[in-house]
Amino acid sequence: MYVAVKGGERAIDNAHAWLAEERRGDPAVPELSVAQIRQQLRLAVNRVMAEGSLYDPDLAALAIKQARGDLIEAVFLIRAYRTTLPRLAAANPVDTAAMAVDRRISATFKDLPGGQVLGPTFDYTHRLLDFALAAEGAEVPPAAIAPAAPGPVPHVTGFLNRDGLIEDAPPSDATPPDMTRDPLELPASRALRLQAITRGDEGFVLSMAYSTQRGYGRTHAFVGELRIGRVGVEVEIPELGFAVEIAEVELTECETVNQFKGSKTEPPQFTRGYGLVFGQSERKAISMSLVDRALRWRELGEDDSGAPAQDEEFVLYHCDNIQATGFLEHIKLPHYVDFQSELELVRRLRTEAATLQEAAE
Amino acid sequence: MTDALPTARKEWMACLAKAPAARLAALLPDLPAHDTLRSPETGAVMVRGRVGGTGEPFNLGEMTVTRCSVRLACGTVGHAWVQGRDKGHARRAAVADALMQTAGAADLRARVLDPLAAEARAASDMRAGKAAATKVDFFTLVRGEDA
Repeated sequence: MYVAVKGGERAIDNAHAWLAEERRGDPAVPELSVAQIRQQLRLAVNRVMAEGSLYDPDLAALAIKQARGDLIEAVFLIRAYRTTLPRLAAANPVDTAAMAVDRRISATFKDLPGGQVLGPTFDYTHRLLDFALAAEGAEVPPAAIAPAAPGPVPHVTGFLNRDGLIEDAPPSDATPPDMTRDPLELPASRALRLQAITRGDEGFVLSMAYSTQRGYGRTHAFVGELRIGRVGVEVEIPELGFAVEIAEVELTECETVNQFKGSKTEPPQFTRGYGLVFGQSERKAISMSLVDRALRWRELGEDDSGAPAQDEEFVLYHCDNIQATGFLEHIKLPHYVDFQSELELVRRLRTEAATLQEAAE
Repeated sequence: MTDALPTARKEWMACLAKAPAARLAALLPDLPAHDTLRSPETGAVMVRGRVGGTGEPFNLGEMTVTRCSVRLACGTVGHAWVQGRDKGHARRAAVADALMQTAGAADLRARVLDPLAAEARAASDMRAGKAAATKVDFFTLVRGEDA
C-alpha cells in the first residue's frame, strides 16, 4: 500500500535539474545530436524501435539521448509516446520475399538463388578493439560496389516446400489479434505470440532461445535463412479505396528449419520457426524464431519437457521489459505503511518468542 | 476517375510519401493557394508481417504516419499519407497529389516527381551494389582424397 507523501517537490525539482546537467556531461565536450545518434548508433535505435514497438528512427534517437543511453528507459519513453497516437490504419502485411536485401544468408544451402550476401556484418571481424576509431576525423574508405543482378531473392523455405519436405505456411487474410488493444489471454495464437516476442526484451528472448539450444525444450534449429533489408509498407487509403506504398521499413527476418518426426496424420518433415523484427536486429530475429518454434510443441504434438521456453505463460508474461521494469522498480517507491506493519509484526513475534523462552527456562 | 488513374496515382503518391521531406521541399518550395480539408495529423499505422513470411498475418508494431487532405482553388482534392511526423511533408505531398490531377501534371512530373524517382532509384541501386559486392563466390578446394 502507498500513502501520499508530500514535501518532496523541491528535492525532486533539484534532482531533475541535476539529471539534465549529468545528461549533458562536461560542457567542454560537444553535445551529441539526435541525427548523430540516429546515424552512428543505429543498432541501438533499432532496438528501441523494436522493443518500443514504434518505427520512427528520429524519435528512438531522441529517446536514447533523453535516457542517457539507457535503452530500456528509452523504450519506456517510446511506449509512452506511442499511446498518445491515434491509430490511423493497419497496413497490408509486408511482403518479405520482395525485400531489397542488404544481407541474406542461409546455413542450410550453400548455393541458392540470389546467393549468400553478407551485408554490413560484424561476423568475421576479430572482435579486437579498433583504436583507430578513437581518433576522430578519419576518412572512411567507400564500400566496394559490384553490379547487382536484378531479380527476386526467393525464400529458402520455398524450395523445401516444393518437395513437401517442410510444413507449409498457407496464406490467410484473418485479422490478427492485437495485444496493444486487448488484454493478452492464454492460450495465445501463434500470431499473438509473435507480436509479444518481437517487442520483447532482446536479452530475455536471447536467453530463452539459448536455453532451447542447451537442451531445455530442444528443437534442433538450423538457420534456413536470415535476411535484412527494406520492404515497402502498403496502406489502404480510405479516402481513395486503393492501397499506396507510403513507406519503407528496415526489417530482419529469420526462418529456422527444425526437425519433426511426424505424427499419425503427418509424414516426417521439417518444421519452421519464424522471427521478424524492426531494424537490423539479427540476434533478436534468430532468438525469436527459436522461441517461436519451442512454443509450438502442443500444435506439433511434441512432449512438454517442462522447459521454460515451452511455457507460453512464462515466456509471454515475462518478455516485456517495460512491464518487468515497472513492477520491479515500484518496490523502491515509498512503502512506509507496508513496512511499518511488517516491523510491528516482527517486534511482536520476537516479544512472544522471548516470553516463551523465559517461561521455558 | 478512369481505371488507368489509380495505378499512376498510386505511383506518384508513393514517390511523394517516400521522398525525403527536405528534398521534396527543395524541389517544390512554393505551394499554390489551397484549402485544408484535413490539417496534417500524426498517428500510427500498425505494420503487419506474415507467419513464416507467407502465412497468417500478425502485428509487428506501429510506425508513425502523418496524413493531410487539401483542395486547390480549382476544386481538385489531394491526399497524402507519409511516413514520420513531418506535417510540412504531408501538406506538400497532398498539394502535389492534387496538382498531379490538373493540367500542370506534366510540368510537376518533370520538375518534382521524375527527379525524386531517379534519386530514390539511385539510392536503392547504390545499396544493392554494395550488397552485391558482399556476395560470396564459393570455390571448392582440392581435397586430400581427390589428389
